[in-house]
Amino acid sequence: MRIGVITFPGSLDDVDAVRAVRLAGGEPVALWHADDDLRAVDAVVLPGGFSYGDYLRAGAIAARAPLMRSVVERAHQGLPVLGICNGFQVLCEAGLLPGALTRNSHLHFRNRDQGLLVERADTAWTTSFTTGQQIVVPVKNGEGRYVAADAELDRLEGEGRVVVRYAGGNPNGSSRDIAGVTSADGRVVGLMPHPEHAVEDLTGPSVDGLGFFTSILAAAVAA
Amino acid sequence: MAVHQVVVDVVLKPEISDPQGQAVLGALGRLGHPGVRSVRQGKHFVLEVDGDPDEAELREIAETLLANPVIEDVELHLRND
Repeated sequence: MRIGVITFPGSLDDVDAVRAVRLAGGEPVALWHADDDLRAVDAVVLPGGFSYGDYLRAGAIAARAPLMRSVVERAHQGLPVLGICNGFQVLCEAGLLPGALTRNSHLHFRNRDQGLLVERADTAWTTSFTTGQQIVVPVKNGEGRYVAADAELDRLEGEGRVVVRYAGGNPNGSSRDIAGVTSADGRVVGLMPHPEHAVEDLTGPSVDGLGFFTSILAAAVAA
Repeated sequence: MAVHQVVVDVVLKPEISDPQGQAVLGALGRLGHPGVRSVRQGKHFVLEVDGDPDEAELREIAETLLANPVIEDVELHLRND
């Protein structure tokens, strides 16, 4: 299965995402933000970093990059997309996911190993987990506070759109401890924590992050 | 061709908390300005455009790129002098 990883100017974690795809057993495909060709990939990962310097707003300019037009178009047709950290910010700015990510409530960059509660184990990117499972992956952000209007948050909770929630402390003041959300069809998922940094015992706090990448491969086999 | 200046002010919606504004408010208190009750921080864009400003186009620019309508409100000021 070909899984594209987009590099924007300012992406930092694209190499780790490529490595995570490979460790999970997928074929990583490097994609470049200025192209418009998705190179026949079966799924796309938007990695962490500071795309375009995060000038204007985090992810705002990247969301309007040429390749993102293709991602948005294909996502509406069911292409699975995973946005991690800056990638989550890009997906919200592109309108593929609801809400927005804003400056952390305490104004500090927060970098630590983070507990997460998996609430949806049936999206394209989370079938390797079980509902209610607690996992640990690194979180590292300065603008990771998930916000939306209260009525919108109520709607999202009602529709079960929260994929992962912070457990053991909220690192950035996110509304209702929300760490990640999904599109209505469960194909597009975004989260602030970094599963691609938790794929090997040598470098991560766990190998829990690998589950996101094995999930999408399992989805391809089942399809 | 005449150049016109257009100003776009972007502020967080009232229901979205503004920790940056709150940090400024805290500093004002320490500087001896206890009478300032609230600070909301925003962005101020100055655009110079050729010819007569097209309000619809400028509103599109403001609402699709300069601001994120999910969390921010926009004020457009066309200056024709």
